[in-house]
Amino acid sequence: MNRKLGIYVLMAVLVAGLFLTASCAKKTVVSDATTIEDQAKTAADAAAEAEAARKAEQERIRQQELQEEAARKEQTVKARTRFLNQHIHFEFDSAQLTDTAKALLREKADWLKANPGTSIVIEGHCDERGTTEYNLALGERRAAAAKQYLQDLGIGAYRMTTVSYGEERPLDPGQNEAAYSKNRRAQFVLK
Amino acid sequence: MTMRCVLSVMMFFLICSFLFPVRAHAAAYDTIQVSNPFLNKTPVAVPAFKALTGTPAETDLGANAHQILENGLAFTGYLKQVNPNAFLADPSQTGIRMSEIDFRDWNGIGAELLITGGVEQKNGQVKLELRLFDTFNTQMLKGKVYTGEPSQIRRMIHLFCAEVSHALTGKWGVFASKLAFVSTVDGNKEIFVSDFDGHNPTRITRSNSISLSPAWSSDSRWLAYVSYAGGKPDIYIRDLARDRVTVIDRDGMNITPAWMPGKETLAAALSFSGNQEIYLLTRQGEMIKKVTSSWGINVSPQFSPDGGKLAFVSNRSGSPQVYIKDLGTGEVNRATFQGGYNTSPAWSPDGKKLAYVGIEKNRIDIYLIQLDRGPGMPVQLTRGQGDNEDPSWSPDGNLIVFTSTREGQGPALYMMTAAGTDQRRLMKMPGRQTQPRWSGPVTNGE
Repeated sequence: MNRKLGIYVLMAVLVAGLFLTASCAKKTVVSDATTIEDQAKTAADAAAEAEAARKAEQERIRQQELQEEAARKEQTVKARTRFLNQHIHFEFDSAQLTDTAKALLREKADWLKANPGTSIVIEGHCDERGTTEYNLALGERRAAAAKQYLQDLGIGAYRMTTVSYGEERPLDPGQNEAAYSKNRRAQFVLK
Repeated sequence: MTMRCVLSVMMFFLICSFLFPVRAHAAAYDTIQVSNPFLNKTPVAVPAFKALTGTPAETDLGANAHQILENGLAFTGYLKQVNPNAFLADPSQTGIRMSEIDFRDWNGIGAELLITGGVEQKNGQVKLELRLFDTFNTQMLKGKVYTGEPSQIRRMIHLFCAEVSHALTGKWGVFASKLAFVSTVDGNKEIFVSDFDGHNPTRITRSNSISLSPAWSSDSRWLAYVSYAGGKPDIYIRDLARDRVTVIDRDGMNITPAWMPGKETLAAALSFSGNQEIYLLTRQGEMIKKVTSSWGINVSPQFSPDGGKLAFVSNRSGSPQVYIKDLGTGEVNRATFQGGYNTSPAWSPDGKKLAYVGIEKNRIDIYLIQLDRGPGMPVQLTRGQGDNEDPSWSPDGNLIVFTSTREGQGPALYMMTAAGTDQRRLMKMPGRQTQPRWSGPVTNGE
């Protein structure tokens, strides 16, 4: 019982203490004027900050757009480079399209569809084995085979011309099968 | 009488075919023909020339002329020069006239023929005295005197070489003929024309692109060739006398021109139809008629010397082979059967043989088939020495000029006899030389 009384007393003291503290807090209210002034300043700052942030955001978006544009451009350049540098290859004394050649040609057809304003020259090339004149004829058949396949995939014939270089323009001057297989190709050039 | 003769010849062949039935199949390629004049050459002695008035200048001119003569005689294909170390006499000291020669000195060392020469220089002009003797019959076969500028010594000697050829064979030989060929200049292929021995190369094209396949008209006035000057292969026909050019530039490719003998008519492979076919065209490029009708490749036409037939390359059987079309009957026959890649046909001037390029086991070599004996085994003319391509016959049919990579520094021009002997490099010039074409038969021009 005595112990219960003791707790009430302590509670009373604590509550009194709280009031005291409250009166102390009220004392800080005196300096409210400056505080308000400070608050007004902060609002202006906030507006400026908001404006800066808006600008920063705009800049960020612009940068992002630029980056995306650059990425898109890079992508376009990459696709274009791939279109120009991925040659299709043939077996010796053959103008037949291999499965790999057909897959590459489908990719090229996609690129040509995505770039409808472009026209191309398809060059037919041969390795140095075989004879000059026969290789001229064979090179033309290689270029013609590539053109026909692209035409079958819906690319307008008016966008494509062919020219044979026979064995006159090897990519690799080596005299081994690795070089020869690189040189037996159809190559794509933008007009 | 004639009938009996023909019959007995036929009997002979019949008996032979029974006696030696497997002979034709014994060897895939004969390297040596037994009946070939190039293995049994006639020995000729060509001693130093005499300085007729004895000046040192004459001695020098004589040495120069003698060298040109020795080189020129090699272009007959059937003369063999006796080693000067064996000579027992020296006509440059003792005299070059018939009366001054003891023929026992020459037939004693095996020289069946003797050529003597003398030089005289007067008023800036050079006089050359040249004589050809038969040492066994002790007679002069030909004697000629030429006069001209010192710069014309080459021409004078070659005129005499033609006289030698005519005296011995009844044919003027190659000495007034020319070569057309392709050589690279700064990496670009350009057309050149030179003397028969590769001397005096003259550049004909300056297109800085690709020029190929030169072709002489019979009279050597027109040179047709292929050029990429317009961005694709087209045929250019150049009037060498007036330096004027006509172009055949139909859609597609216009390649491999060849002249009909004695005519201003061309055969060429054109692809404007979507397929590569051979057509006959006028010199202006107007269509005369279509010669081939076969899906696939049809290129490299070459007329027979009588103009009645056309050899060409087609892949109608699945691989490139040489075919011959009779332009009269329209009949087409395959001419090559050995191997899976035969191209570049070249008729011999007598029309009896066809040289061509074959690929066997990745090696490119020149082969020869006999056309007048029915389908026979090809003779391999080059073997084991680099890649050998582009055969072209000399107008007398004794020699074949061709391209070889045997020296390992890119293709260069070589020469051999029609039997494949005496293979040697024709000349040295910068760049890579290919596609030599010997001009047609030319008169001696005297």
